[in-house]
Amino acid sequence: MNFSNTVFRAYAPGTQPDNNTPAYRSTQWRHPARALLKIPQTLTELTGPRFSPTQFPPIENMAMHAGREALGERIIVAGHVRDEDGMPVAGTMLEIWQANAAGRYNHARDTHDAPLDQNFTGAGRVFTDADGGYRFVTIKPGAYPWGNHPNAWRPNHIHFSLFGPGYATRLITQMYFPGDPLLSLDPIFQATADVAARNRLVSSFDLALTQPDHALGYRFDIVLRGRLATPMEE
Amino acid sequence: MQHTTTSQTIGPYWHLLEDSSWQDLTRFGADGEVIHVTGHVLDGSGTPLADACVEIWQSSPPASQSFTGFGRSATDATGTFHFTTIKPQPVPGPGNASQAPHLALTIMARGLLFHLSTRLYFADDPANADDPILSLIESPERRATLLARQTAPGTWSLDIHLQGDAETVFLEI
Repeated sequence: MNFSNTVFRAYAPGTQPDNNTPAYRSTQWRHPARALLKIPQTLTELTGPRFSPTQFPPIENMAMHAGREALGERIIVAGHVRDEDGMPVAGTMLEIWQANAAGRYNHARDTHDAPLDQNFTGAGRVFTDADGGYRFVTIKPGAYPWGNHPNAWRPNHIHFSLFGPGYATRLITQMYFPGDPLLSLDPIFQATADVAARNRLVSSFDLALTQPDHALGYRFDIVLRGRLATPMEE
Repeated sequence: MQHTTTSQTIGPYWHLLEDSSWQDLTRFGADGEVIHVTGHVLDGSGTPLADACVEIWQSSPPASQSFTGFGRSATDATGTFHFTTIKPQPVPGPGNASQAPHLALTIMARGLLFHLSTRLYFADDPANADDPILSLIESPERRATLLARQTAPGTWSLDIHLQGDAETVFLEI
């Protein structure tokens, strides 16, 4: 036996949302009705794409566009990307997108009657450093209405997309803000059974990250699947 | 030990990230047999998804400066995605097995709280018969949901059904 072959750990029960979540209406026709087929992780799942900042230039300051300041409350968002064992995930790309301060996306299909901001595109891209740390500057996104149920509003949130070390570590998530009264009413946030797991999607205000006379700081740490050594029979 | 961060939906506005050049995995000058991969993404009522994000990853040919191995395509109003890439070769599988040429596919969309994973194989490749992943699917009809057909020379087509009688086999990886 040797332990050189490692696979990514299974997700802990209850910590991921169920695609069949009737309270989130769009899931009705889009969730698979059959059980997923569990497969062994092979070369395809254990490896994944690599992105370099030279090929994909970072956009670290979303609060400015073409040299002009976006409207809204400027904030700093920072944190670490680590695996389940606390090991840093270095050099991985984070893609970020969000609504503007008024709660409107710079997107043709967003019909919310709130103003667009020509100085805010709402898209960013950063890479983690050797310690797994990342940081970007943006505008606090506004809440906005959606058609899920009468008087439905999404809580303030920033979308994140991460790749990590393998195809099996892909993560799409949303960061929320502390104390948001809409969280308890939001079927997307509430879709995850494990309360502690979903509460980790809520960032924390961090005075140490806050830059005097400039911007409040919010900390959001992200955990990707860790590796599990498995004995391999030769 | 900390648990893996909870997934949330990519939502309807992920296109703020979109760069349509990512549909072409050969754009950095990759060598090999260029193929086109296309298909529709459909929901359980047969309605095309006009707002989905489809990603492909392939472990063959190996990723390099000229070949990222990774692509991303938005679906259009007809639910169609499209990629240009290099046809993969067989890759090592569990134990001494070899895996038939395949692409890994990820489907993300509004209404999907956790992304869906599946694979695309090339119909009529004799290696499919011994593929260790395809072999896990007993029903030939279900297995066929992963087999892309060649609809024109060099063009391979596979529709993804999220739900219903033709539901695609989705994978837990």
